[in-house]
Amino acid sequence: MVCLAQGAGDAEDAREDKLMCLAVPMKIAEIAAGTAICEVDGVRREASLMMLEEAAVGDYVLIHAGFALEKIDPFEAQKTLDLFREVLNAGGGPAF
Amino acid sequence: MKYSSEYRDPLLAKALIGAIHRAVSHYQGRITLMEVCGTHTMSIYQHGIRQLLPKAVRLISGPGCPVCVTPISYVDQALAYARRPETIVATFGDMVRVPGSTSNLQREKATGADVRIVYSPLDAVSIAAKNPDKAVVFLGVGFETTAPTVAGSLLTAQQRGLQNYFILCAHKTMLAPMAALTSDPELQVDGYICPAHVSAVIGSEAYRPLVERYAVPCVVTGFEPLDMLRGIQMLVQQVMAGEARVECEYRRIVKPAGNLKAQALLAQVFEPCAAEWRGLGVIPASGLRLRAAYQTFDAELALPLDVEPTKEHQGCCCGEILKGKLLPGACPLFRTLCTPEQPVGACMVSSEGTCAAEYKYGNV
Ligand code: SF4
Repeated sequence: MVCLAQGAGDAEDAREDKLMCLAVPMKIAEIAAGTAICEVDGVRREASLMMLEEAAVGDYVLIHAGFALEKIDPFEAQKTLDLFREVLNAGGGPAF
Repeated sequence: MKYSSEYRDPLLAKALIGAIHRAVSHYQGRITLMEVCGTHTMSIYQHGIRQLLPKAVRLISGPGCPVCVTPISYVDQALAYARRPETIVATFGDMVRVPGSTSNLQREKATGADVRIVYSPLDAVSIAAKNPDKAVVFLGVGFETTAPTVAGSLLTAQQRGLQNYFILCAHKTMLAPMAALTSDPELQVDGYICPAHVSAVIGSEAYRPLVERYAVPCVVTGFEPLDMLRGIQMLVQQVMAGEARVECEYRRIVKPAGNLKAQALLAQVFEPCAAEWRGLGVIPASGLRLRAAYQTFDAELALPLDVEPTKEHQGCCCGEILKGKLLPGACPLFRTLCTPEQPVGACMVSSEGTCAAEYKYGNV
């Protein structure tokens, strides 16, 4: 089985290597003057809110190149996870 | 919920893999799925997804890494700006090792050029504010995810009254090359794993014309391993049922109409233009250029300079790799003359490039 662990350092990686395409989910901790301070795993980062209609402290957002690209919809996030569980429950075990 | 580790559960991954195997267990043919997002390419290699799929399902990588599709002539232009006196070149980290005709930005920096690696285009605006006597040229590379951030940086510079912030613009859009690849008779794409964060901006409905015109299934997929597997499962189900629809697996982020504010930023600052793609040639209406109202920010117009003639790298197959026609192993330079330390082609430089991903995670 492959290693599906990755994670913890995503936010740091994106910051450290300054790569273009990495986008990471972070939680908004503070908002001031159109800029949010976001947080994940103890990493804090500034993000412009220029691209969002509205955002509040406590929202999870996807951060890309110093901008909050989109809000994460907690309801849809849960629905997707529920769907995975359905596949698990429907499956007759691994077929390989 | 952290919206990342939950989507990496090995037990659920096994269930999804099982479902994909069952869906094609009696199928004699082959289903070719193309991903057109560098982050997907990396995820597929990183999690060994290819090896987990049944033989009937084949994954190929398309032109989804913005660094890899940037033509050598653009890198040469960036190098010319780096050599220009009183000029600071600001760029994302991916670009500094991409080989131009005779040099790369890292080498220019080592010999005295002022090249700054930034995390955000807004950082480049701050550099411009701190260096009023220098011209700051930001390398505007990337698809619909990155282009609005560059538009945002331009508007910020305008608001702050900065006259020394410029963009060397080579932004690209994803739908035109997908249409070009779909109509390529040599390439049989049975379904698209549509990019996660490009779609966050353009919306899942953006793929509807492609689906209707070419009857090719399109599924917008996140890039965590469970997202990838679920997206593949949805595509396989469509192909097996002979359907072609737009579906979205990544609904926690991607809305049918996308991010309207980001789209408005794009439309305000950029307009479509023909663009050159490494490997694919010039594709009409596949690029973005600055609108006339923002031409004072256009490095090419505001700071014209001579650029050395382009020299293509002999033997590099990046073009075929970017079209999904070849896998890196088929390139004679792979692992021998071309390595991440000494890259010949752009596909080996960016961590999202197919050659770099194969080098790092592929089977030796
Ligand atoms: S291995 Fe190197 S030279 Fe060959 S296609 Fe990939 S990037 Fe180009």
